[in-house]
Amino acid sequence: MLNHADMMAWVVTLKLALVTTLILLVLGTPIAWWLSRTHWRYKFVLEALIALPLVLPPTVLGFYLLLTLGPNGPIGGALQWFGGDSLAFTFSGLVVGSVLYSFPFVVQPLQNAFTAVGLRPLEAAATLGASRWDQFWSIVVPMTRPAFLTAMVLGFAHTVGEFGVVLMIGGNIPGETQVLSIAIYEHVEGLEYENAHWLAGGLLLLSFSVLSIVYCLNRRFRGVWI
Amino acid sequence: MTFYSILLMLIFPFLACGETVRVAVASNFASTMEKIKEAFEALSSHELAMSYGSTGKLYAQIRNGAPYDLFLAADVERPMRLEREERAVSGSRFTYAFGRLVLWSPTLAIEEGAVLKSADFRFLALANPKLAPYGEAARAVLLKLALWDSLMSEKRIVVGENIGQTFQFVKSGNAQIGFVARSQIIDLGLKGAWEVPPDWYDPIEQQGVLLSDSPGAKALCRFLASEQGLALISKGGYRVP
Repeated sequence: MLNHADMMAWVVTLKLALVTTLILLVLGTPIAWWLSRTHWRYKFVLEALIALPLVLPPTVLGFYLLLTLGPNGPIGGALQWFGGDSLAFTFSGLVVGSVLYSFPFVVQPLQNAFTAVGLRPLEAAATLGASRWDQFWSIVVPMTRPAFLTAMVLGFAHTVGEFGVVLMIGGNIPGETQVLSIAIYEHVEGLEYENAHWLAGGLLLLSFSVLSIVYCLNRRFRGVWI
Repeated sequence: MTFYSILLMLIFPFLACGETVRVAVASNFASTMEKIKEAFEALSSHELAMSYGSTGKLYAQIRNGAPYDLFLAADVERPMRLEREERAVSGSRFTYAFGRLVLWSPTLAIEEGAVLKSADFRFLALANPKLAPYGEAARAVLLKLALWDSLMSEKRIVVGENIGQTFQFVKSGNAQIGFVARSQIIDLGLKGAWEVPPDWYDPIEQQGVLLSDSPGAKALCRFLASEQGLALISKGGYRVP
């Protein structure tokens, strides 16, 4: 069934998806908010940039991440200059890759929902003396709760299903960078089909349950913006 | 090939038919195969269409009906299995090369592998021992030097899916040192490389097997065994049968 390495692959995958989702929420929310409010002329450039991972093949993204993070690349070089360690083949490196890769999945639903809120509820709140911060937390967040749920689940699910980027920058270290998709791939390549079936079956079950819960919850939220 | 001939091939697929030999090639043999392709196509009317990949992946594809005419694997096992599973032409197996394992680092001084015992590197790259013969050989070397367990538990071994990716890890500087195929770095002048003594690991015997009775594929087999073919393989960094 599941050997020790397979169990660790589960742990690494869930940890990676969780950390990535949290970071994406913290980074993505202000960016999505800003994009939904700004009238900046060149906003479309940023939007296109954020949507790029949707289009780029993950192996391409992964390969150039490997070069960028390496000691001869700009980020890896800078890190080394500051006395830091290289990010390739580490869990942190995977987090960086996953955040980039799943960015549009979190930003886009949030941005759409923020735009749908419009100005009026916020203006009404402002006349009642609510600060900007207060407006955001007491009006925008409750109104866009389904979008937050969608963003979180998409970010999480997309990270769980990630393969190409991890293959390129992970180095397949058990307990550190060997995620489920890589473990399944290795089993398939090594003709250990039974192990692959077990892992894939579990992954299927998890994904299906998570998505079912989301759609179920979203039904209850119906009538509010998504 | 010119732009127009590619265009023609796209518009009139039948024009290119009948003469194209589809070859599945283990990735370690890629650069040598490109030279062989050039020489072979100059001599014959056949054209070669190459698909590179790890031996394991190509094997799985062939088993599931991938339409290749010839399979040049990095080991003996997969061609043998295909023959047993009647996916390959029975009795067509032949050894075309023996791989040579080298320890390579663009930055570190490698003296007979002693560097492996040092702390001068953070990551050592090798091909996946479960999937690639060069990885299996690298593992055997580390086991012989009694370094496998310690490097593994320190999480300093990074594993490339195939020998091509392993090379990429070292070349990009992300891994400071790695076990790669001699054929991969021969064009770089073998600088910073140390060839592992062949008796430290089981021979990396690379076999090919016919998957169809395409005359072009048979011609390519004959070419690989010819003097010119063997010279190219040897020049590519392999020992020849």
